[in-house]
Amino acid sequence: MDDAMARMDRSAESPRILILGIGNILWADEGFGVRAVEAFHRGFEVPDNVTVLDGGTQGLYLVNFLQEHDHLLVFDAIDYGLPPGTLKRIDGDEVPKFTGAKKMSLHQTGFQEVLSAADLLGAAPQRLTLIGCQPQDLEDWGGALTPPVKARIADALALACDVLGEWGVAVAPRKVPLDPAQGLLGHDIDHDSYERRADPATTTVQG
Amino acid sequence: MTNVTTPNGFKLDNAGRRVVVDPVTRIEGHMRVEVNVDSNNVIRNAVSTGTMWRGIEVILKNRDPRDAWAFTERICGVCTGTHALTSVRAVENALDIKIPENANTIRNLMQLALQVHDHVVHFYHLHALDWVDIVSALSADPKATSTLAQSISSWPLSSPGYFKDLQTRLKKFVESGQLGPFKNGYWGHPAYKLPPEANLMAVAHYLEALDFQKEIVKIHTIYGGKNPHPNWLVGGVPCAINIDGTGAVGAINMERLNLVSSIIDQMVTFVDQVYLPDLQAIASFYKDWTYGGGLSGKSVMSYGDIPEHANDYSDASLKLPRGVILNGNLKEVLPIDLADPNQVQEFVTHSWYKYPDETKGLHPWDGVTVPHYELGPKSKGTKTRIEALDEEAKYSWIKSPRWKGNAVEVGPLARYIIGYAQNKAEFKEPTEKLLKDLGLPVTALFSTLGRTAARALEAQWAAHQLRYFQDKLIATLKAGDSSTANVDKWKPETWAKDVKGVGFTEAPRGALGHWVKIKDGKIDNYQAVVPTTWNGSPRDPKGGIGAFEASLLDTPMADPNQPLEILRTLHSFDPCLACSTHVMSEDGREMSKVTVR
Repeated sequence: MDDAMARMDRSAESPRILILGIGNILWADEGFGVRAVEAFHRGFEVPDNVTVLDGGTQGLYLVNFLQEHDHLLVFDAIDYGLPPGTLKRIDGDEVPKFTGAKKMSLHQTGFQEVLSAADLLGAAPQRLTLIGCQPQDLEDWGGALTPPVKARIADALALACDVLGEWGVAVAPRKVPLDPAQGLLGHDIDHDSYERRADPATTTVQG
Repeated sequence: MTNVTTPNGFKLDNAGRRVVVDPVTRIEGHMRVEVNVDSNNVIRNAVSTGTMWRGIEVILKNRDPRDAWAFTERICGVCTGTHALTSVRAVENALDIKIPENANTIRNLMQLALQVHDHVVHFYHLHALDWVDIVSALSADPKATSTLAQSISSWPLSSPGYFKDLQTRLKKFVESGQLGPFKNGYWGHPAYKLPPEANLMAVAHYLEALDFQKEIVKIHTIYGGKNPHPNWLVGGVPCAINIDGTGAVGAINMERLNLVSSIIDQMVTFVDQVYLPDLQAIASFYKDWTYGGGLSGKSVMSYGDIPEHANDYSDASLKLPRGVILNGNLKEVLPIDLADPNQVQEFVTHSWYKYPDETKGLHPWDGVTVPHYELGPKSKGTKTRIEALDEEAKYSWIKSPRWKGNAVEVGPLARYIIGYAQNKAEFKEPTEKLLKDLGLPVTALFSTLGRTAARALEAQWAAHQLRYFQDKLIATLKAGDSSTANVDKWKPETWAKDVKGVGFTEAPRGALGHWVKIKDGKIDNYQAVVPTTWNGSPRDPKGGIGAFEASLLDTPMADPNQPLEILRTLHSFDPCLACSTHVMSEDGREMSKVTVR
């Protein structure tokens, strides 16, 4: 409730926007959200009121980021039974919020849990859009993004720019290419390094 | 099998009705439990199976060992920092790198903050709902709730008005048809025993914990440089400290250190005034629910953690106890050597992997992970739709780690039992006080509730240790030592050609080890043996059962179609499952099929 008050106080200022990518980069197309936000950061400059964040598989650790921002744009893998590589924009209440008392593990405090927790704390995003991509393969341990999913990252970024435009935020392609050391992911887990060494011949361990 | 006694002393009988609790029907997630119940609905056989991340060894092959932590940090979203810490310790052990005292202190602060965070979130967010009936809270009297809350704690948020407001919010939530986080509970189940007022108080603290947990994370942001995914460093910690500095960016200054101090104060207060009193209040209504002890009364293990002194991983330096207790012999705590090929070994007789000789276990340095998915002759259903598993054959993606051939339980209860057996006052005294206040004997510890209580006591211990190490850090800094990293052996040219190492921590949910082999500057083999592998393991070649299976035996169920009792006991381990997929599906369920290969 305090958050709601704080937001009203700031209503005259620019809304604070969080661009978040979530998923597990170690598990093939599960990494779509993180790879998309990594590419967004590499490609675009954003104004000060926008935060670009690699959320990984963090659950409740992300609640405070929702409390600190007004609008939320999320990249994530989705399962809507669509052909692999299909992009889908999902807005507002259409984004599934789910939590249940029967979950088995804290590790299942996935992103839906975070949304629902934010809601309970009175910090649900005022505007929420999910840019999702239907995966081809989630079961390739150590695998990289599959070609149909990787091919849609550029389109996902274009879609993100449209959404941000609707929210009154102008983003521009970087004039000077981003120094690789300033990327969202480092230490050999950035997209290029990860893929360079992910040898499909040895990493696909499906029996 | 119909009626056997396992080598580790449990009676199994699979003659009765088989009840399957799996992701499709009852429990979300990568875990499935099958039990046989007798004519009185008492569990007489338990079969636990799960998928577990086993690919890290493949991903890390030929990578730079200095980057391994960044990969292991991605294994899951909760144990993030614990995996990273275990990884840098393994690499430092292999390369014989010593870290500065401040680095050790800061790592302890990171690890202790994670312990408190995990325990608080586990209790309120996951486990409390196994004991607390949300719907019953709607009929509580706010005034009586206030009286109850004030009788157990001096925590200020306890007025009748506070509970009234909360109840109104909760009512709105329930009436709008969106039970939100409380959807899918077994509300009204006869195994719920709390009066409505205790339920309402617990719901209030559930929300307070949710709001409070975000403060703890700030400690990781400050010492880890960023959050989520804090930074780690082989040779120390990647944070520069300058106590005379100013501003919020750059090196950590006194202002940042004071912020950490104030968060630690809040943690101590919350754990002392909310978590522990809640635990005690809830436990007092479940004193006769003595089930779920399983292996804890027999065999437990802890690697130990939180070294007092940098680079000293001896039993004397480790503040969390280290050792093994076998067969209930509390008089003898056995020493552990993680480098000894005959101690920690993983078996795959009942796991979907292949070894050249499956009667033998493999030490993690020599571990292999070759999947081999096949169902036993007595299983029912198909490979893609299993109806019943055959526990006499391979039945889980989890391997069976054993210590000198013995199944052991790991986790907070194991740590407390070992600390108790070692007569360490800081573990023994709070345990005895809690049991005495509840009017319970020491043996009551060996239960589901004992596991839950040990976790709360440990959160309290960890919160107070945070204070200790924060003060230690500031004292060292003020004495002029601000060193946080040793980079003497940063360059691969300084490394031996062919080395191996092991790193360990006590993760919130139990003993965690990473074993690494480094050849010509690159990772040659990497194996992680995680706590839930110990607790959730399938049977070993001799038929010994693991902690999950043992803990479910002899538990009576009120209604096998509503397996609240099973959830209660399995949750008490704080299981760490596949740690991976959280893809959003159309109906809001997370995709959680058991991977069939």
